[in-house]
Amino acid sequence: MGEKKLVYVDNNATTRVDDEVIEAMRPYFTELYGNPSSIHSFGGQIAKKIASARAQVAELLGAQDTEIVFTSGGTESDNFAIKGVLEYFPDRRHIVTTKVEHHAVLNLCDKLATEGYQVTKLSVDRKGNLDLDEVRDSLRDDTAIVSVMYANNETGVIFPVDTIGQIVKERGITFHVDGVQAVGKIPINLKDSPIDLLSLSGHKFHAPKGIGALYVKRGTRIRPMMIGGHHERGRRAGTENVPGIVGLAKACELAKRFMEDELTRVRGMRDRLEQSTLSRFKNTLVNGDREHRTPNTSNTSFEYVEGEAILLYLDEKGIAASSGSACTSGSLEPSHVLRAMGVPFTAAHGSVRFSLSRFNTDADIDCILSELPPIIERLLEISPFGREVLQAKV
Amino acid sequence: MWDYTDKVKDHYMNPRNVGEINDADAVGEVGNIVCGDALKLSLKIDKKDERIMDAKFQTFGCGSAIASSSALTEMIRGKTLSEAEQITNQDIADYLGGLPQEKMHCSVMGREALEAAIARYRGKEVVREEEEGKLVCQCFGVTDKKIEKVIRENNLTTVEQVTNYTKAGGGCGACIPKIEDILKEIRGKKEGEPAEKKAAPRKGLTNIQKMQLIQETIVKSIRPQLQRDGGDIELIDIDGPRVLIALRGMCANCVAAEATIKGQVEARLREFVDENIIVEEVK
Repeated sequence: MGEKKLVYVDNNATTRVDDEVIEAMRPYFTELYGNPSSIHSFGGQIAKKIASARAQVAELLGAQDTEIVFTSGGTESDNFAIKGVLEYFPDRRHIVTTKVEHHAVLNLCDKLATEGYQVTKLSVDRKGNLDLDEVRDSLRDDTAIVSVMYANNETGVIFPVDTIGQIVKERGITFHVDGVQAVGKIPINLKDSPIDLLSLSGHKFHAPKGIGALYVKRGTRIRPMMIGGHHERGRRAGTENVPGIVGLAKACELAKRFMEDELTRVRGMRDRLEQSTLSRFKNTLVNGDREHRTPNTSNTSFEYVEGEAILLYLDEKGIAASSGSACTSGSLEPSHVLRAMGVPFTAAHGSVRFSLSRFNTDADIDCILSELPPIIERLLEISPFGREVLQAKV
Repeated sequence: MWDYTDKVKDHYMNPRNVGEINDADAVGEVGNIVCGDALKLSLKIDKKDERIMDAKFQTFGCGSAIASSSALTEMIRGKTLSEAEQITNQDIADYLGGLPQEKMHCSVMGREALEAAIARYRGKEVVREEEEGKLVCQCFGVTDKKIEKVIRENNLTTVEQVTNYTKAGGGCGACIPKIEDILKEIRGKKEGEPAEKKAAPRKGLTNIQKMQLIQETIVKSIRPQLQRDGGDIELIDIDGPRVLIALRGMCANCVAAEATIKGQVEARLREFVDENIIVEEVK
């Protein structure tokens, strides 16, 4: 009694660390604390473990071991990729990205724009998709890098990165993909892909926070960002986060093992949640291309209801979700992603993101489906615009 | 996650007085759905003593917007209109045990709805804010009048605060320099205030105290005004009740120098230091 059960459906924000990951990491906090750079065998065994961890991460991506550079997470990987390439090509002053990127890329590009770089931000359509002709037209002789996300954190919309990459590579430009929301959720194979650089973050797929990686295709021209010792073959200085690396490797192994589950059961739960919600309320719409989406993400807007209020009411029921509404972001405008997609303000303010993981169960979905409708109805009652919606209810 | 007080939580989870009064005597509507919050306040007013008999609200907005509206209705029920008019947005926030700074605009919205309703009741045509004053923030439709008012009422000093209280500057940010100008203007006026408010002439000053006070009055209360006109003033000597000064810059050759000396310098020094002071100009 008393303890509120948590229904966690905010997995695009962060995930629960898998018990197997914790178990794999544990010895590297306790008895196996050596420094992999040491000459003695106590440290040397750690270097061997890192080598096998690197191989496991590479395997999930279809990459070679030497193409994996461990970092502190998604933001560092994105910064490393973009700044590292710009530094290699000091004469190239143009960057191409999209309007819906994560802030790790967008805010970096905004800063670079103040330092004399020119930044092209590609638009998306109502479903969140890019126009490939616009991609092609944006490329210039002085374009240093094209940075595009694999899957969007808010809507789950997947960009056709291989097709985009071919367009980019035809011009010999470096192609970076922010894969933070895709790795572990959908199959990725970088072998023979046009992707030069790909960022990933451990805590988005059941590894701990503070560990990530940048895939650097062999031959990619990039300068290191962290300068110091000769770690990561000179590409990222700093003593390795050994437990994090071991945990990331285990999470990659598990992601491979559970990929089928993600694509079937998790997707099924997401679809049931979405379908039931859509059929229940007329004022509901799904944001983003429903065909090309990560299987775990649903971004649903409830018109004439404000998103933060929905989240606070859900929170009272032990349900943890997220919103693109203005109020939750700390800014005063709704999410840049929904605005770029042209989602009407009436709907953007009332968006709720449910992002699932393999730890969710059918009981979780049942719980949301029973708690959500009365919350929406209550908030419509409070809203001055709600009466019409309630009257028009299906 | 916002750090909402228990009282805020209580008021958004269990809002008081939700709804519409069918035969309302006054209705105040503020905000709009594009900006992310809107409030419709309806009042039932006893015509005899202008007492608010009932107040109901409908709000589209976040938790703190709902809580601020709910709190407002609780605060004004049973009050006369003139009592209700005294309620500030800070009072609404205080009633809730405080609001996060970024959410203060919710309390401002409550106060505005009340103003709109009372104006409507009194038969005043509610002037839409956009028409009253110049539009400063295009993103959220905030005018200079509203910004000035909220700055004064809440004693705001930074652009960030203005954004928290009015939303102005929270969109594209293009109007931030304008907000800075408004702040500067209002703060500039304020800086002159302390000297002016200072106590009337003091009796029984020692000579040193008197000299210091004359010096201080010139520096704080007289010089800034002259400098604004491109001039300056210098204290040369004090001889009993006689204060010898020199005017510099534009003031030195000003045809109104005599008026400046008598009207500004002497008047100020008599007001702040000693009623018997005589100011003389030294060329």
